[in-house]
Amino acid sequence: MPALCRDCLTTFDAGTRCPACRSPRVLSHPELFDLSIAHMDCDAFYASVEKRDNPDLRDKAVIVGGGQRGVVSTCCYIARISGVRSAMPMFQAMKLCPDAVVVKPRMRVYVEVSRAIRAMMEDMTPHIQPLSLDEAFMDLSGTTRLHGAPPAVMLARLIKRMEEELGISGSIGLSHNKFLAKIASDLDKPRGFSVIGQAETHGFLAKQKVRIIWGVGTATQTALEQGGIRTIADLLRWDRRDLGARFGSMGDRLWHLARGIDTRPVQRDEGVKSISKETTFFEDTGDADLLDGHLWRLAEQVSDRAKAKVLAGRTVTLKLKRADFKLISRRHALDQPTQLADRIYREARALFDAAPDKGPFRLIGVGISDLCPGDQADAEGDLLDLNATKRSAAERATDAIRARFGQDAIIKGRALR
Amino acid sequence: MKISIERGALLKALGQAQSVVERRATIPILSNVLIDAEGDQVSFRTTDLDIEVVDRAPAMVERPGATTVSAVMLHEIVRKLPDGALVTLAEDSASGRLTIAAGRSTFSLATLPKEDFPVMASSEYASNFSAKAPVLRRLFDKAKFAISTEETRYYLNGVYMHVSTADGGQVLRCVATDGHRLARIDADLPEGATGMPGVIVPRKTVGELRKLLDDDDAIIAVSVSETKIRFATPAITLTSKVIDGTFPDYTRVIPTGNTKRLEVDATEFAKAVDRVATVSSERSRAVKLALDEDRLVLSVNAPDSGAAEEELAVAYGDEPLEIGFNAKYLLEIASQVDRENAVFLFNSSGDPTLMREGNDTSAVYVVMPMRV
Repeated sequence: MPALCRDCLTTFDAGTRCPACRSPRVLSHPELFDLSIAHMDCDAFYASVEKRDNPDLRDKAVIVGGGQRGVVSTCCYIARISGVRSAMPMFQAMKLCPDAVVVKPRMRVYVEVSRAIRAMMEDMTPHIQPLSLDEAFMDLSGTTRLHGAPPAVMLARLIKRMEEELGISGSIGLSHNKFLAKIASDLDKPRGFSVIGQAETHGFLAKQKVRIIWGVGTATQTALEQGGIRTIADLLRWDRRDLGARFGSMGDRLWHLARGIDTRPVQRDEGVKSISKETTFFEDTGDADLLDGHLWRLAEQVSDRAKAKVLAGRTVTLKLKRADFKLISRRHALDQPTQLADRIYREARALFDAAPDKGPFRLIGVGISDLCPGDQADAEGDLLDLNATKRSAAERATDAIRARFGQDAIIKGRALR
Repeated sequence: MKISIERGALLKALGQAQSVVERRATIPILSNVLIDAEGDQVSFRTTDLDIEVVDRAPAMVERPGATTVSAVMLHEIVRKLPDGALVTLAEDSASGRLTIAAGRSTFSLATLPKEDFPVMASSEYASNFSAKAPVLRRLFDKAKFAISTEETRYYLNGVYMHVSTADGGQVLRCVATDGHRLARIDADLPEGATGMPGVIVPRKTVGELRKLLDDDDAIIAVSVSETKIRFATPAITLTSKVIDGTFPDYTRVIPTGNTKRLEVDATEFAKAVDRVATVSSERSRAVKLALDEDRLVLSVNAPDSGAAEEELAVAYGDEPLEIGFNAKYLLEIASQVDRENAVFLFNSSGDPTLMREGNDTSAVYVVMPMRV
């Protein structure tokens, strides 16, 4: 059986220790050198970066997240022992792990590290599909001759380079499609390397809960359970048409995935579908003035992003989370695409005013979707609001001033609320 | 209740009534038509709570009475009956069904009690006048394309009918706008309409009204109050709530200082716009108009799909101008012109443009340009 030493990258034929360096970190699998679709996922990414930059934190439980009211962005594996999980509200995390050191996220640093990892992946293949800062799919098909080594070796080398050059560890999932590669990378975290081959695909999947399928959340899970489907083995008993009839397009996807069939290619850029920004408050609030200030700042951030990417949206969305975590979402389709903060703010404000719920809220968010190229944005004026043209000219002028003298050179009074 | 009525008369009466019925009514009775037979006529009444239509037809009434059945189903049945058939509608109060019989066909429909049928509260009308059908037809037909569908500006979801002055005299005026284009149509003020309150007639009412206006000789009795408007012919009465809102001051939107004058054959212009707009795939289709000494070049440039250009001989004597518009809006206003040439008055590429038919100021259109 082909085997690979993850420490010195020696390849050999079976054995529990590396013949060259005697390391026990040996990976062996019958299809090891035949598989080429991989998923790389960094281990506790933000927390690892923090520990790397501040060695005092090395042996402590570290939680990266925002303030008393925020949620856990990432927590290190020490914190995970106490039951802390990402996306958990901060107060709950602190109850579980009172000794944890809470660090505010430093997105700029994470983006930098992410870029460095991306560059390392670019050395291996042009077929990279990043899912977020810390994970990506890679398709290494046909690269064996170029690199003089099969994909598995190159992937082990990537992780080694990340550890040595960046001080960040990651886990690899290697399989024959994206669905299985993503599942594999999660099997043996941290510092893992898991392989799901063609031969074992069906046997492996049959044992799993439906939850393992990407995109099956709580709602789908409940719906599936009502149909008596808890495991993938249950799914396999369903006829393809019946699944389609009961669960729509999702049903067809489930039928395929349950059989380990996933033909989606690793795509470099799946395109931005929406741009949104949200903020969680330190204290729940229903103060209309305060919320108005947030609406403006969020609209401005969304607009900045849209302008930078030369995109415009045809739909404006307002998101509100009530104190009891109930989510309210309101959207409005515009008659022409926009990228202007003024327009986004006005639409969001109208949605806010029309919402029956007046708070208190713990979160507010603004977004645009149904995107199109930015050169089509705001091309038409409004007969009934001739000031809109002036406001849009003022916004363009503000942008020009900011580009030259900095973001704080000129701001609206509204932004100070 | 038991009546006999000729199929054609019944179909006509039901046709108007059933179109008011909301197809997705949540209250069952709103799907029904109230059939009321008395004397020598039968009336059909439907409502969606905002609009009520009553349609009358002569009939042989054997047994007076009233009941309600599904308007759409009854209409469908009558539509499928052979022409010239004599239709008998008979209510059997014991079984709660209405029997429809014609020739060898018999149908039986479930009924709902007539007492449950909502009847619109009658109101005092401040103004009553009569207008010829073609006058009202022109007022609404030429304005309705500009009605907004934007729900946030609900007060634009209709035609603003009011009394105004033009050329020193009083006129009956209809205005509609969606913020991108505006239509302002005037007609001589009918006798008795002087004190009419301005009302916003909802889009659906405008559509329903249209069916009353087909007959050129018809005289329509119009009654207006602050909250309702009623249009009546001897056979049909259409009553509608009006939109509760303030129509914006449209007068400042209509440019008065536009001096650059383009005169063009409206049909040729519309066809050319339609042709060049074909290559643009995006939803907001911008057409560029480049004007120079008696020459108009229409062009579309869509980077991802292609480009198109067409030249038209026109009458234009002012300084060269380049201006962009949404192709759909241009087509719509150009198609309002039916007798003379279309006259466009421009100011600059960023200002609203005015369009009218020849020198006729009784119908003017304003359209906002687009950046190209």
